[in-house]
Amino acid sequence: MTTRYFGKPIRRNEDPRLLTGQALFTDDVELPGMLHAAFVRSDYAHAWLRGIDTSLARDLPGVVAIYTAADLGDYWQPGPLLVNPPPIKDLVFNTATQVPLARDKVRHAGEPIAIVVAESRYIAEDAVDLIFVDYDPLPAIVHLADALKPDASIIHDDLGTNLNAHVIQEKGNYAAAAAQADLVIKRHFDYDRGTAAAMENRGIVATWDAKSEQLTMWDTTQAPISIRNGLAGMLGLSERQVRVIAPFIGGGFGPKIMMFYPEEVLLSWITMRLNRPVKWIEDRRENFFATTQERGQVHEAEIALTRDGKVLGVKDVFLHDAGAYAPYGLTVPINSQCTLLGQYDVANYYTEFTSVFTNKPIVTPYRGAGRQHGVFVMERLLDFAARELGIDRAEIRRRNFIPPDAFPYSNDIIFQDFAPLVYDSGNYEPALDRVLEMIDYKHFIEVEQPRLRAEGKHVGLGLVTYVEGTGIGPYEGAKVTVEASGRVSVATGIGTQGQGHFTSFAQVVAEQLGVPVENIRLVTGDTSEFYWGAGTFASRGAVVAGNAIHAAAVAVRRKILDKASEELEVDPEDLELVDGVVQVKGVPASAIPLGELARRANPMRGAVKPGSEPGLEATDYFGPERGATASGVHAMIVEVDPETMMVQIKRHVVVHDCGTVINPMILEGQIQGGVAQGLGNAFYEQLHWDDNGQLLNASFMDFLLPTADTVPHVEMDHVVTPSPLNPLGIKGAGEAGAIPVAPLFAQAVEDALIDFDVELNEIPLSPNRLFELVAEARGLHGSES
Amino acid sequence: MKPAPFQYHAPHSLADALSLLAEHGYDAKPLAGGQSLVPTMNFRLAQPGILVDLNHIPGLAYIRLGSDGDLHIGAMTRHSTVEQDLLVAQHAPLLHETMPHIAHRQIRNRGTIGGSLAHADPSAELPSVAVALHARFRLQSQTGERWVAAADFYQGLFTTDLTPEELLVEIVIPPLPARSGYAFDEVARRPGDYAMVGVAAIVILDAAGRCEEARLVYLSVGEGPVSATQAAAALKGRQPSPDLLAQVAEIAATDDIDPVADIHASAAYRRQLARVLAQRTLARAFERAAGQ
Ligand SMILES: Cc1cc2nc3c(=O)[nH]c(=O)nc-3n(C[C@H](O)[C@H](O)[C@H](O)COP(=O)(O)OP(=O)(O)OC[C@H]3O[C@@H](n4cnc5c(N)ncnc54)[C@H](O)[C@@H]3O)c2cc1C
Repeated sequence: MTTRYFGKPIRRNEDPRLLTGQALFTDDVELPGMLHAAFVRSDYAHAWLRGIDTSLARDLPGVVAIYTAADLGDYWQPGPLLVNPPPIKDLVFNTATQVPLARDKVRHAGEPIAIVVAESRYIAEDAVDLIFVDYDPLPAIVHLADALKPDASIIHDDLGTNLNAHVIQEKGNYAAAAAQADLVIKRHFDYDRGTAAAMENRGIVATWDAKSEQLTMWDTTQAPISIRNGLAGMLGLSERQVRVIAPFIGGGFGPKIMMFYPEEVLLSWITMRLNRPVKWIEDRRENFFATTQERGQVHEAEIALTRDGKVLGVKDVFLHDAGAYAPYGLTVPINSQCTLLGQYDVANYYTEFTSVFTNKPIVTPYRGAGRQHGVFVMERLLDFAARELGIDRAEIRRRNFIPPDAFPYSNDIIFQDFAPLVYDSGNYEPALDRVLEMIDYKHFIEVEQPRLRAEGKHVGLGLVTYVEGTGIGPYEGAKVTVEASGRVSVATGIGTQGQGHFTSFAQVVAEQLGVPVENIRLVTGDTSEFYWGAGTFASRGAVVAGNAIHAAAVAVRRKILDKASEELEVDPEDLELVDGVVQVKGVPASAIPLGELARRANPMRGAVKPGSEPGLEATDYFGPERGATASGVHAMIVEVDPETMMVQIKRHVVVHDCGTVINPMILEGQIQGGVAQGLGNAFYEQLHWDDNGQLLNASFMDFLLPTADTVPHVEMDHVVTPSPLNPLGIKGAGEAGAIPVAPLFAQAVEDALIDFDVELNEIPLSPNRLFELVAEARGLHGSES
Repeated sequence: MKPAPFQYHAPHSLADALSLLAEHGYDAKPLAGGQSLVPTMNFRLAQPGILVDLNHIPGLAYIRLGSDGDLHIGAMTRHSTVEQDLLVAQHAPLLHETMPHIAHRQIRNRGTIGGSLAHADPSAELPSVAVALHARFRLQSQTGERWVAAADFYQGLFTTDLTPEELLVEIVIPPLPARSGYAFDEVARRPGDYAMVGVAAIVILDAAGRCEEARLVYLSVGEGPVSATQAAAALKGRQPSPDLLAQVAEIAATDDIDPVADIHASAAYRRQLARVLAQRTLARAFERAAGQ
């Protein structure tokens, strides 16, 4: 079949609705009699709760109800552990999960203590100001290194320790490898915590219809089906009584797949008690405490190499910040472990981590989900090794690539899906070569940079590689229906947060049915439209839901061909599907519009043949055997003002391999956005906690996101190494842009500041921090000479 | 992030506004562009009981040239109007050069020159520029009006000479003499952010090309506009040269200012920025003065 839809940069189906303000977001839901909720959130990062006085607030006109943990009775339960620890020998794991409202103790600033429901959000917030909480403050654990000190104050008293987990994974024998090495480099790396800062904060509208006994909840979740199942269980309802709708969502990035947020647990329960709709929209300040965060890790790492740059082994020991609770188990640190070796064939690897509880907001996966840290460590180690050994940085990477004939390649280290990580496919040199060509590497290094340096300019280049584990199971499903109008509807369970699903999934269907993309209407994230599924996370939407939709579309195609072959009395082989009709190949006069065929497949009279189904509809599922490994190479050129340490990004080049591409325009948008987020991580964003665990910059005035005028236009190209693990050959692309930007930025800035002899082993790197590091380097070298 | 309850008044005359302020005193706050006041109210850091909206009062937004060459700007003139005004470009080019550094376009479309000057944010550009320009402010209350020099108006962190009964109604900027030059520069993390450090420089040359007078006024290094008086004194009577500017910048950065650290910039980094910005702005100002 000639490809007309798949692989084309087709304009997005959803954009007219989004651009004209017609798309439904949670806060657009307005219901008669709706109430509004606001939370009393902890002023302290760590304290005993001695009492909560709500009496003044209850008297405020317009306040309808106030609930504390005590009011929840048996409904008060800690959340589920969402991901069990993998079966790794000698693994230690202590579990503690979030609670709907703090009961005896608060464990991070902003943890909810009470919820006020009132006639307006204004009144609810006025009432919050009238609620007095009696705290007995405890010392807060803010710095990772303090968590396990003998005198550390204990966050979860039942555990008696702040240890969340301890895991060792090993392949080969690092010590033996290091003993034979010509060079061993050891460094300390610090990767600070960040927040995803989605453009739309979280929000929920819950409404209980007592007459139909139906609970409906609009929720900015990435996993509506799992939320429905969980809520039904908690509330004692049948799953069919609960409808969760994840409408348009302004960015997810991982934190919106956390389950169950206190607000989800509470609003559903409250609407059933009050019999009125309740809305809660997280405000930006709340988002800095109430939504989960990620990133904080501290690594002690070493690399052992031969003289000619072959990596013999890597050892990495790190501390991971789990935050106050760890509902996601070990997903993030396991990803760090698994992704560290990246595109390199390293026989000996020792990796050990200790995850600790801290008095900071909960950590769950955020775009990259632990991969950033691993890539940062490995790429920085390679940079230092290249410098020590006098080997070009592109060359040292090339020498260690997993060769193309080694796939599938087992990394041996257990991955988040509990099996050793196996790279399904990959071909790394072509992407490296293409990046080098696009950034004009040789010319820059040999001509341009020396010329600019001679003019006194501080310009530097960065070059890094990475892999991205994508598209893990368990499964997704989809239903594809040809309607009597000739339009096609597609329903799938995953939610959508701006990824372009309405278009790329339509392209998958269009490819099979020959129907223009704009005539295909997708419904995602409404549990009443599709019952089964897991959610949008881990760069799995296109891979898993995409292939489920493909399977359903293939089945509908078969039904169309069978039905048409009957109607036209020709062999199905002789039929084609073009522009919304089915016809005898090359005979337009024989065409039956698909809508007409759908009508004939659902007759008013007569009989549908035994063994067949009415209509042109099919439901199918796809579950990959394991994840597909995407990869890529980034390069960057920066100029640094050495007097102010302000950094300007001159160029950013990405060559990316995510297998078969459904829509290159949408893919480029994903990468461009990921790069923006990576840059934010590397250069702009920092959560500043004081020693009491108070966040000092919980607003966009002081938490600096990259803006449209600070993010460079990313130059992109693609290499296509299809995944053998799914029929479409797709790998995920959601996190690719973000993962390697920190080491890229550090390398480029370090290169620009070469005459300052400074090493950049931490993230983020603000101008202020660069100034400090340069001053420190000067001081050190000064005292040495 | 909803404000605490407040009463809202929208008077249609200056007299009504002033009478509301006189009546309610500290409990009332004038509302100009709302770009600083409304966020602080939403954070509940400010909880005024009464808002007196100045946006419906005619005659508070204007830019005109006085017969003496002074530039008169009404307090309710929006930042973007000042930014685009030809009289400002011609008669107060330092102000013109500064305007694009203030916030973002959307905020400049609402924010007012009077609001910014009255708010007295130590990181705001306009107070320092007003001090450098020797601007004078007309303050009015129900009982009369008075004039205050910009340098005397600023009294500390978010604190001015204004009483709760008074409104800032007009800003007057005198012309710069012949053989003068100016420059504004700042270092901010992103375009539109409050600067980590900024500085307004004015130099006036004598007939021999020596520095007769220099003014160097910083923002974001203290509790309000900070004049680098020792640096300015060190320039007096001297022929400008790169070496001299380096020395003077050093004096400004080490002796004239005593910056504090915040999450964006350490004190040492602020001194470094102050040094660099002094050198860069003075060099440009001298060049402009010499070119006149
Ligand atoms: C995202 C963002 C970025 C910003 N960045 C910058 C920046 O880089 N530099 C900068 O300088 N500013 C910045 N601002 C602030 C902006 O310039 C404001 O416009 C200005 O500070 C206040 O002007 P306003 O007219 O909005 O005053 P309002 O917010 O209405 O009032 C501010 C204060 O002044 C008082 N007031 C207002 N007018 C008068 C008057 N005529 N007489 C007496 N008192 C009065 C009010 O009662 C209030 O206390 C930023 C604002 C935002 C939201």
